[in-house]
Amino acid sequence: MENSTAQHEHASVKTYLVVAAVLGVVTAVEVAIFYVEALEPILVPLLLTLSAAKFALVVGFFMHLKYDSKVFRGLFIGPLIVAVAIILAMLALFGVFGGGAGGA
Amino acid sequence: MTEHAATAAEQHHSYTGLPNRKLLMWAFIGSECMLFGSLLITYLVYRGRSVVGPYPEELLNIPFITVTTFILLMSSLMMVLALAAVQRNDMRQGKLWILMTALLGLAFLAGQAYEFTHFVHEGLGLTTNLFGASFFLLTGTHGAHVAVGVVWLLTLFVMAMRGRLSSADAETVEITGLYWHFVDVVWIVLFTVIYLLV
Repeated sequence: MENSTAQHEHASVKTYLVVAAVLGVVTAVEVAIFYVEALEPILVPLLLTLSAAKFALVVGFFMHLKYDSKVFRGLFIGPLIVAVAIILAMLALFGVFGGGAGGA
Repeated sequence: MTEHAATAAEQHHSYTGLPNRKLLMWAFIGSECMLFGSLLITYLVYRGRSVVGPYPEELLNIPFITVTTFILLMSSLMMVLALAAVQRNDMRQGKLWILMTALLGLAFLAGQAYEFTHFVHEGLGLTTNLFGASFFLLTGTHGAHVAVGVVWLLTLFVMAMRGRLSSADAETVEITGLYWHFVDVVWIVLFTVIYLLV
């Protein structure tokens, strides 16, 4: 049986460098956006989107989830969905979205 | 690959054809999502509910933490370069990138130690207010994970220096990398939630 690292084709070194550059640029954009007052109304969705993009880049390319077995994908994305669902449920429960017990 | 190494690699594969150690690491990372999710929700629920200062907007230093964030992101690049080098059996490059990853991890930890010390000098302790309790718990747990990763990387580096790491051990380096990159993605989320969404 082949070694797992040989079973699935990973990204090239050039791809890794491009991904790292994108990560650096997106981080700089995030911080720049933070200081732009005009963007304050859309700051939260904008920053969360950029953060999610960085998250996906690292998981997909650096952790090779884009190239690896679907079993690994399930082992990671399953608990991740549960964690995000619990976070959203708790935020709603504590009134962070403008209602609920905490908002009273 | 030597016959011994090939046999060792075969022994680590399950009937699914997937390596057991890698399956275990992904399952562990899945459980870690739940751990950090619970700590993150604690931080978010307590956010803005401290009745005494110091408050986050008085303490958080965005330019400084951006630098440490960049350091951790670049350490992930070093880690994938280390894996690529080990896979092509270029152990000289492999050793260099593993060491660089560990050093960048240490630099991140030094930044966190500086930040924690600064906060304590400004009057924020673990029991000062809700922000202090949830902030130190969340970022401290992440820092502990980084520290474990640094020790793990330095162990790999010592193994490589002693000639006990070759392309046959690429899976070991890959599993180390999975852990390290996970620590990085957790910080990507924490950086946005704690520092930018103040």
